[in-house]
Amino acid sequence: MAYSDKVIDHYNNPRNVGSLDKDAKNVGTGIVGAPECGDVMKLQIQVDEHGKITDAKFKTYGCGSAIASSSLATEWLKGTSIDDAEAIKNTQIVEELSLPPVKIHCSVLAEDAIKAAIEDFRSKQQES
Amino acid sequence: MTVKTPVYMDNSATTPCDPRVVEKMVPFFSEKFGNAASRNHPFGWTAEAAVEEAREHVARLIGAHPKEIIWTSGSTESNNLAIKGVAEMYASKGKHLITCVTEHKAVIDPMKHLEQQGFEVTWIQPDAQGRVDLDQLRDAIRDDTILISLMTANNEIGTVHPIAEIGKLAKEKGVLFHTDATQAAGRVRLDVIEQNVDLMSLSAHKFYGPKGVGALYVRRKGPRVRLTPILDGGGHERGMRSGTLNVPGIVGMGEAARLAHEEFEENVAHLTRLTERLKAGILEKLPDSVLNGDQEHRLPSLVNVSFPYVEGESLIMGIKDVAVSSGSACTSASLEPSYVLKALGLGDELAHSSIRFSVGRFNTEEEVDFVVDTVVREVTRLREMSPLWEMVQDGIDLSKVNWTSH
Repeated sequence: MAYSDKVIDHYNNPRNVGSLDKDAKNVGTGIVGAPECGDVMKLQIQVDEHGKITDAKFKTYGCGSAIASSSLATEWLKGTSIDDAEAIKNTQIVEELSLPPVKIHCSVLAEDAIKAAIEDFRSKQQES
Repeated sequence: MTVKTPVYMDNSATTPCDPRVVEKMVPFFSEKFGNAASRNHPFGWTAEAAVEEAREHVARLIGAHPKEIIWTSGSTESNNLAIKGVAEMYASKGKHLITCVTEHKAVIDPMKHLEQQGFEVTWIQPDAQGRVDLDQLRDAIRDDTILISLMTANNEIGTVHPIAEIGKLAKEKGVLFHTDATQAAGRVRLDVIEQNVDLMSLSAHKFYGPKGVGALYVRRKGPRVRLTPILDGGGHERGMRSGTLNVPGIVGMGEAARLAHEEFEENVAHLTRLTERLKAGILEKLPDSVLNGDQEHRLPSLVNVSFPYVEGESLIMGIKDVAVSSGSACTSASLEPSYVLKALGLGDELAHSSIRFSVGRFNTEEEVDFVVDTVVREVTRLREMSPLWEMVQDGIDLSKVNWTSH
């Protein structure tokens, strides 16, 4: 399968690989997918008191398109507000990375991971 | 030491033509272009003589008589002809066939086709190494069984079935035995007499011959195997396979078979040396890698290995200087990993993490070392990126995690 140049770039030079402290109150963690499906994404956001995402990290088990989708997602998340982050759609990822139809699920997974991370962050805020 | 990249290590998919094979084929395109069925002039006689010489070479490779070799377009056709041809010819004797779930699609699909036409097929489950158990096979044989079809060596994991024992059992029970020897030819000793094989499929391009040409061995006596042809026409090949013969291809297959036979020992020694080196190198640096398939009864040319916590397709993307195959199905439209690996009881995540390396006559030790270095580097990089690897380092049992399937 031929990958787009952008997928290859993200795969070779993934942005923001790593982990944030998942126990920190201002960090939201989303883990989506399953090993038997061949994709697991972990996406984390760090949010300041104004609701702005100051840092984002990911780790992904999956094909090159899954790695690229999550890498791109962290790029878009950094510096944006939680509300804008929530509005990110998988179709934007498909378009940016020129994903073929069989790889659309990778972008869906990235959108799910963003939403899961935001949800985790919000539930932590409500606990306090 | 530098090697020329990309390094080809996918010889179970296809092999390059040996230059000696190409040299032998060339005159048969323009200079000696005759139709082997033309009986009235020297153009035809020359072509026919070349075809018959090639038939002798292929026969010798598998211990057969030349008259028992039927030319085809390759193993897919040979398998179809053997299975459908036997089923139709012997339907009045019985309508039961036996095969295994790890067969190539070119056996599985003809069997499924027959199921739709009122035949019954028993699908044997292999053991965890991909081998068929003889007792299980014996139990599956019935009075109305007409054919057992089991591959000599598996194309994904390299496991070699106990062919001679299966052949003996089939003979005792009076059941015909077909084996798809596509992967085995030139890599495993084949002898249709000793192994009691009644039908054998071969493909030239898997042993350094050209693509688009293959053969089916059809036993002539003890018992005489009869087939209903798939193609009706001029009655070529003892009426079993009509169609003008692909003379250059056949000449190439003959030469490839001659080389495979005459250089068998040194080829196998070379392949074994390379795969042992590959396995040792990978296991030394990535000790949690898992070798798939039977490690004792195996092709000398193939290593199938799972790299836990790393997904196969992304690994293939990372080792782009190495041409190999993945057991991960992300390469196809479905999310299902390889049905062969799943049949071994391998967890989906290990199946998704598997790579098939298959070495050939033209690979070198330097190439193997390059492949090991490249694979180790990329697996390490991808693990740093893998949430599964991180969880395992943190002492989390992945089988107990509540995953959100999608």
